[in-house]
Amino acid sequence: MNLEVFLFYAFAVLAIGSSLLVVSLKNTARALFLFFITLFAMAGLFLFALADFVAITQIMVYVGGVLILMIFAFMLSNKELLADLQHISGSFISMPSWQSLLLAIGFFTVILLGLKEWNNDMPEWIMSNIKSGDIISPTDNNIHQLGIKFMTQYVLPFEVISIFLLMALIGAAHLSRKEDTQ
Amino acid sequence: MITLTHFLVVSACIFCIGLYTVLAKRNAIMILVGIELMINAAILNFVAFSKYDKINYGGQVFALFAIVLAAASVAVGLAIILNVYRHYKTINPDNITDLRD
Repeated sequence: MNLEVFLFYAFAVLAIGSSLLVVSLKNTARALFLFFITLFAMAGLFLFALADFVAITQIMVYVGGVLILMIFAFMLSNKELLADLQHISGSFISMPSWQSLLLAIGFFTVILLGLKEWNNDMPEWIMSNIKSGDIISPTDNNIHQLGIKFMTQYVLPFEVISIFLLMALIGAAHLSRKEDTQ
Repeated sequence: MITLTHFLVVSACIFCIGLYTVLAKRNAIMILVGIELMINAAILNFVAFSKYDKINYGGQVFALFAIVLAAASVAVGLAIILNVYRHYKTINPDNITDLRD
């Protein structure tokens, strides 16, 4: 077992284990801070798929933006937070509701069965790309290629998504403004 | 050697944990966290398939778009949650039962 496989399994166990803990912890503040670890581990997994730019973007956008926003919203919407943090209640882990547990496990089984069937024959485009050698290798300059692709082949989705982001941010600012009281 | 199947199994696990979070939690912020987990699992799938697509880079480009969409949805969702809290004094979706003022 070489180092690469070991690191992949370490990141996978970290991601799955910490997300399980996020689900099962009763204290929302602790769960949100654990979500940091999940997102970092996911960024590590992206690196193993040779997507370094996506991994960096994940850390910058999610850890730097989304999570801070969530913690802000949580602290603004929960007055019992400080009391919650000071005395640790007896039950550390919340009881699972068995209906949703059943549904999630059933969904997981369906996905795994589909994966098992699918694994016998890979899609045709993957096979032809493997044959012609068009696979991303660890020495490629991904960021350079991505920049070119964004400005040539994918320029229309790029512009659409920038307008969409502007709309969403203006909408969020409009929603969270103070109401006039006259 | 890390194959495609490894990534797919990990992302299936994360997706189902996110699904469980959305269904089981009684807190709007934790439901948002569950949606983020599901989006992250989808991004992991995109990125894993993109390894075999050097010509178009479709998976990585779409993964970046998905990250932007997730950030926008979180911004709007949290604004809505704060407004709901100001109005109802709770963020438990079970207690928010009436639409009008």
